[in-house]
This record gives sequence, C-alpha cells and structure tokens, in this order.
Amino acid sequence: MGLERPLKPIKDKAKILSGGVSRRSFMVTSAAAGGGLLIGFYLPQSIGAKAQIVTTEAFGPNAFVRIRPDDSVTLVMPQVEMGQGTYTSMSMLIAEELEVDLAQVTLEAAPPDDRLYANPLLGFQVTGGSTSVPAMWEPLRRAGATARIMLIAAAAADWNVDSMSCRAEKGWVAHPPTGQRLNYGALVDAAAKLPVPDKVALKDPKDFTLIGTPAKRLDTPDKVNGKAQFGIDAMLPGMKFATVAACPVFGGKLASVDDSKAMAVKGVRQVVRLDNAVAVVGDHMWAAMQGLAALDIDWDEGPNAKVSTADIVHQMDIASQKPGVVARSDGDVAKAMPGAARKVEAVYEMPFLAHAAMEPMNCTVHVTPDGCEIWVGIQVVSRAQATAAQVTGLPLDKIQVHNHLLGGGFGRRLDVDGITQAVAIAKQVEGPVKVVWSREEDIQHDVYRPYYYDRLAAGLDEQGLPVAWNHRVTGSSILARWAPPAFVNGLDEDAVNGAAKELPYSIPNILVEYVRHEPPGLTTGWWRGVGPTHNIFVIESFIDELAAAARKDPIEYRRALLGKSARALGVLNLAAEKAGWGGPLPASVGRGVAVQYAMGTYLSQIAEVEVSKDGEVRVRRVVCAVDCGQVVNPDTIVAQIEGGIIFGIGAALWGEITLKNGRVEQHNFNDYRVLRINEAPLIEVHLVKSTEAPGGIGEPGTIGIAPAMANAVVAVTGKRIRKLPIKDQLQPA
Amino acid sequence: MATLLINDQTHELDVPDDMPLLWVLRDVVGLTGTKFGCGVALCGACTVHVDGRSIRSCITPVASVAGKKVTTIEAIGETSSGKKIQQAWLNVEVVQCGYCQSGQIMSAAALIESNPNPSDAEIDAAMSGNICRCGTYPRIRAAIKQASQSA
Repeated sequence: MGLERPLKPIKDKAKILSGGVSRRSFMVTSAAAGGGLLIGFYLPQSIGAKAQIVTTEAFGPNAFVRIRPDDSVTLVMPQVEMGQGTYTSMSMLIAEELEVDLAQVTLEAAPPDDRLYANPLLGFQVTGGSTSVPAMWEPLRRAGATARIMLIAAAAADWNVDSMSCRAEKGWVAHPPTGQRLNYGALVDAAAKLPVPDKVALKDPKDFTLIGTPAKRLDTPDKVNGKAQFGIDAMLPGMKFATVAACPVFGGKLASVDDSKAMAVKGVRQVVRLDNAVAVVGDHMWAAMQGLAALDIDWDEGPNAKVSTADIVHQMDIASQKPGVVARSDGDVAKAMPGAARKVEAVYEMPFLAHAAMEPMNCTVHVTPDGCEIWVGIQVVSRAQATAAQVTGLPLDKIQVHNHLLGGGFGRRLDVDGITQAVAIAKQVEGPVKVVWSREEDIQHDVYRPYYYDRLAAGLDEQGLPVAWNHRVTGSSILARWAPPAFVNGLDEDAVNGAAKELPYSIPNILVEYVRHEPPGLTTGWWRGVGPTHNIFVIESFIDELAAAARKDPIEYRRALLGKSARALGVLNLAAEKAGWGGPLPASVGRGVAVQYAMGTYLSQIAEVEVSKDGEVRVRRVVCAVDCGQVVNPDTIVAQIEGGIIFGIGAALWGEITLKNGRVEQHNFNDYRVLRINEAPLIEVHLVKSTEAPGGIGEPGTIGIAPAMANAVVAVTGKRIRKLPIKDQLQPA
Repeated sequence: MATLLINDQTHELDVPDDMPLLWVLRDVVGLTGTKFGCGVALCGACTVHVDGRSIRSCITPVASVAGKKVTTIEAIGETSSGKKIQQAWLNVEVVQCGYCQSGQIMSAAALIESNPNPSDAEIDAAMSGNICRCGTYPRIRAAIKQASQSA
C-alpha cells in the first residue's frame, strides 16, 4: 500500500490525502516545468506567500494553493490535524478568499519546510499553543485572495474586459455584463504566467460567506469507516514491526542483554541495541512484544536510580524559598504588603502529568544508504526531518517526512524523541520498520508536564480587596530545553504565562517571580494549556481564598477586580447568568467559578460538583462562556471546549505521574486514570459574538476547569484543594 | 494455520494460536481501522464484533474466533445499526482526532443492535469501556440517541 497517491480531481466531495505530498515529488514536479521554480525570499511573517510554483500541471501562486487544468483544487495544510479541526479551519480561511466550495477541495499535509510553512507566531513549522487560527488568519486568507485575483486577471485578459467587472464564485470567474464564464481549471495556464501581486485586498468580514459558519469537518468521513491514516497505520511492502524498552530509570543505559529466548520466539527477526534501549523486530507486533518480554536485560541505572517524587518536591520547596527572576513588577509589593490590613498566604502544588494520547507513540522509518523516509504524525514536521538528518548523517533534502493524522497530540507530539529513537533503530534494520511503543512505554517514557510549586501571598485592604499580590512560580523550564533562544535572562515566559502580564485583575502592587528548578533525569514538556493550565489553577483558587477571607461572593469579588477588562467581565457575567449562580442546589453539590485570559481568548466556566460521603468527586454540569474574537468554525469551538474540559477534569481528579527508585510508578489506564463517558458532565458552551482578532481555542477549555472544580469542592466541603490531583483528599479520615 | 471469516471474506493465516486478533487484523490482514490503544482491554480502541457482539481484540486469541464471523470498522457500515451509527456520528460531528472512534462506533453499533432505545444510563454503561482522550463523550451520547431514534 503506497502512501503517495496520484492526485485526482474531486468533483463531489472533499478528500484528504492522508500520506501527504512528499517534498521530493513536489520538487521534481516543479523542476519538470523548467527548474528553479520555487522563487522568492521567505520570511516567517510572509510564510509561503511568495513561493510561486508554476508547473505545466498546476497553478500555485503560493505554497498553499494548487489548481490544475482538470479543475482540481488542492490546499496544502501547514498545520497538522490532531482532532482540533484545523484542516477544516485552515481550508475555510483559504476557500473564503479563493471563492471555492469546501466540497471542491483536496487537502494535503505540508512537507517539512520552515521557509514555506513556518507558523508566524512561533517562527517555525509547528502546530501548538492554540495558535493555528490566530497565526494563519491573515496569511491563509491572503493566499486564497492572491490566487483569486490572478485567476480573475487571467479571465479578464482573455475576455478583454476590466477585471473589476469580473467576479469569482464557487470555482468560476464570471463577467456578468456579457454572461461569460470560465472555470478555474481553464484559467490555470494563463494565470500561471502572471506576476504574483504584492498586495491584495482581503474581504470585509461582513462579506464572509464561509468563515463563521458551522462547516462540516473535512477529516471526519474517513474517521468513521476505518480509512483514516494515522502514523501507526503506515503499511509498506516488506515492512517489519518493532517494539522497544528504554531504560526504566531516566538517564540510565543498557549494560547488557541476553536475547537467546527472544530470538527463539516465532516471528522474531532481530534484536536491536541502542545506548539506552533495546528493540525487538519481528514479522508483526505480537512477535515483537513477545520477544521483548523474553529479553533478559541488565540496565546500568545511572545517577537517578534512587530518585522519588518526595525528593523532587522537597528540593523544589527549598528552591522556592528564595526570590526568583522578576516576570512582572507593578508598584511596590515589598512596601505595600506589610501595610495591608490582612495577609493571606498559600502554597500550591501541581503534579507531573503524562499525555496518554490514544495513539501510542510510533514511527515508521526506512533508512537506505542515500535516503531516509519517515511516516509519522507529528506537531513539528521540520524537526522530525532535522532529527533524522542528525541520526543518519544524511543531508536534510534526503529525508522525506510523510506527516499523517495524529491520534491526539496534547503537546506530546511537539517532541521528536520517539522519531530520534525510531531512526536509530531503523539504521540497524534492513528495509522499513514500524516502531510502536506499548502503552506502558508511552506512559513511562513520556515528556512530562512539569511539577510546579507555587508560593502566593496577598495583602488585603480594610474592604478585603487585594492591594499587594506576590506569586512565585517554581518549576522546570520547557523553553530552555525546547527553544533555547526564547529563554532569556533566566525567565521562562511559558512558566509564568497566565500569571504575569495576562493577569486580568486590577491590583496596585504586583510581583510575579520565576524560580527555575530542574528535576533530575526526567524530561519535561508541553501539555494541553501549557503555562496557563497550572497558573490559572493557582490564581483562580487563590482569588477564591481571598474572596472567602473578605467574606464576599466569589463572582462579586472578581467583578470588583475586573473593572478594566470588559471582555473578562463579559464572560464572567455570561457564565454566571447561564449557570444560575446563586440558585439552590442539593447539600452535596456546590458551584465554583474560574475566569481566564489565555491564548488570546477570554473564558469563564462554572462547575457544579457533587462530593459524596465517601469523598468521591463528580462534576455534574459545566457552563462555559467564551469570547475568542472572530470565529472561524463555531461548532469546532464548542467541540474543543467540551473536549478540553473533559481532558482537564480527568487530570484534576486523578492525573499524576510519580517516581520511585527513579522509575515512573504508573503503567496504563488502570493507574493513569482518565475520564470515561459515565463520569463526563453535561457541558454548555456559550459564545460571545465579537469582532476582535481571533484567539486560540484548542486549550482554553482545559485551563479553567480545575480551579472551577476546586472552588466548587470548597463550596460543598469547606476544604481548599491546594494540591492536584484531588484524588482521595476528600475521603473521610 | 487459522481460518478466519473477516468482513465476509475467508482468510487462511499462518499465525500463532495465541496471537491477539488485533495484531492479526492490523499487521497480517492489513485492516488498520481497528486500533491499538492499551493492549489490556482498558480502553476499547480495538473493539470489533464477533458474531455481532463487541469484544476487545487486543486480548482475544485468534484461535478463539476461528469459524466465527468477525466484523471490523471497515465493514460495519454494511449493517443497519452500523450505518445508522456512522451517519449519526457525522451528523452530530462527534469526531475529533478520530483514533478511538473505530472502537466507539463498534461499541455503539453493538449497543443499538441489542438495545434499540437505550436510556442515558444504558448508553453510559455500554460505552464506559471506550476511552476518548479528545473528550467527545457529550456528542457520543447525542449521536447514539439520534441513531436510536432514527428508523
């Protein structure tokens, strides 16, 4: 089964080529028409916009649009689809300006190329941080408009009429005064000869016919019949299957392995030794799994063999007692705090978290002496190419990456450790090999959400309102590892995201600090909601503590502090109204509120939580109000909020990765528990109509649910949750 | 050598008796719609039907289904219940990443096949073995309701 399929005209419905176009075929096709046809100079701010691709077969005024004489329209997706609906949203942005129906388009995954497909907000080819719509909102509409204007110009020239008197719709250019019409396919050759305009006028949002409508997702038809191709579904002639065990202690090495029993397993072909791992290669996954279980491995566990969570937290406690790097300083906290009528202090802790995406980590690789091909679903396509180049010693242009649909990302697939490992294995294997991690390997060798240890202090005035606010975040720096140039002067902007400049509350004296503390051995990384997920939990819980200290209603208290943020106030008021804040509830049920500004989106949620006599916590209902500016696909926004909330509830209730003797103690969904359907609340999402710039939506739902739940728990039980997960904290002693 | 009837096609396969049906389907037969999620029947991603009942293929030895009728996501649309569920899934726009949805759809099709009008509690009970990390549960409930109400 080949993954590179010929492009076919699609007449009746949208189709996705899951394997994507390979860079090689893309370049060859371009060169066939005369060579050197990728022209222009690329800046992240003008991604793809000047990459004119002219071929005898296709008109490509930029890196995102290709139209062929057979009238087929192909949109190249710079962002990867991991469930967030981005293939549809990105297509809507282009199609709105290109004036084609979504039903007319075929989608392709972009090949690795930072020049053409960099995310303008993040500087390289990456899907993450809820940035796709905010980042691509302008460039993709411009890509569509550029193509449309060139097609219109080609038609106008052919008809010898003024292009202003022509208009484009549904894949045709028409000249209403004379009734002439030509489809885009017929204009391809002429349009390709025209210069690409430098500036194009974009539609006035009031004229949008597609953006803002609940368009059906383009990726779903193949996801209900088994045809969708995730990375793990790659199948190649002669392919072998491998599974792997890395040293259970982070930083440890492989000392020796006796593979005699493994090699005796029917279907096992090979045992591959890496510096810190062993892989078994077989005719199918079952042979590989049985072979792995039959290995007798001796690990050199290294310096982290005794590390436990308690040690890590103890070290963080010590580190958090000293001042950190200043992330925000307003007024003079040192002066205002002692003068306050009352002081409230608290320490909050948040655990290491795994991602547990449904598709376990996997990567299929074929290494040959002069090339390397990779089949994978990854959020950082160009980094996949780069790591393969490094491991194989091959130049970048010899590495092809076929990006697939992702069976969940949640930040896990922003790291390429699994690809690095798979390429190292494949270097020792004849022919293509699919490396698949067991669920246990996936949980025990994740790149974990950092542990955070936060100290807060607030000084209140006579009315109970804060006059001084000190928040010190202690945790590892993801940016220092993942994007070193972004880690400046010891400050990790992500670690304080949501707590520093984004803090929506008006308080005269604010000091926010960051203390970097790296845990031994394990690697920390992005997790859904990134910085704001931990900071909003802490801030919204602590604000509730202040409201309680002031004997004020939590919503009234927030209103008093949100006077300068109309949009934050707007979502808070809408959520309160829709949730029936203050209305009667059974004694075992309470409401909690949280409000946030993150990823350019304002959001407030109110959770209704039931606590049983045994201390079991159940979220019954969540009401969420969202102001994310202009909306591309409203149904996707609702879906992302629903899903984000459910993701966050499971984590708040049970999510934690703990270490003992240097090893992760959790294994599978039995002890890394996630929310199931019978535990899922009713969720209501209310969108605020807005003309503001679009904000992100993939993560905000996850961010605010934990504090809303914790605040509701206080309303029922009086017990403040200062450490996540909630787990058994409410069980009777 | 095992003789399997998968989606109405007979396959003669040289595989070990204890090999889980999941890996036979995916790696030997090439039907990759059935997914690997946990390997120990905790997540439901690998759900298929054997004689019309849903089972977890990751822990089902291939020998135990010899001579029985195996139906996977690739062919569930040919059954009345499966077709209704798939259509409802699209109507309600259930799917996000989609990785668990093969298993969700197989469990849901088996549910409405045996219980054409499930209550909310029955839906939750029947679907609680299928994990979705994208959190599509509210829409799964709605889609099953819609499918069970469609004639």
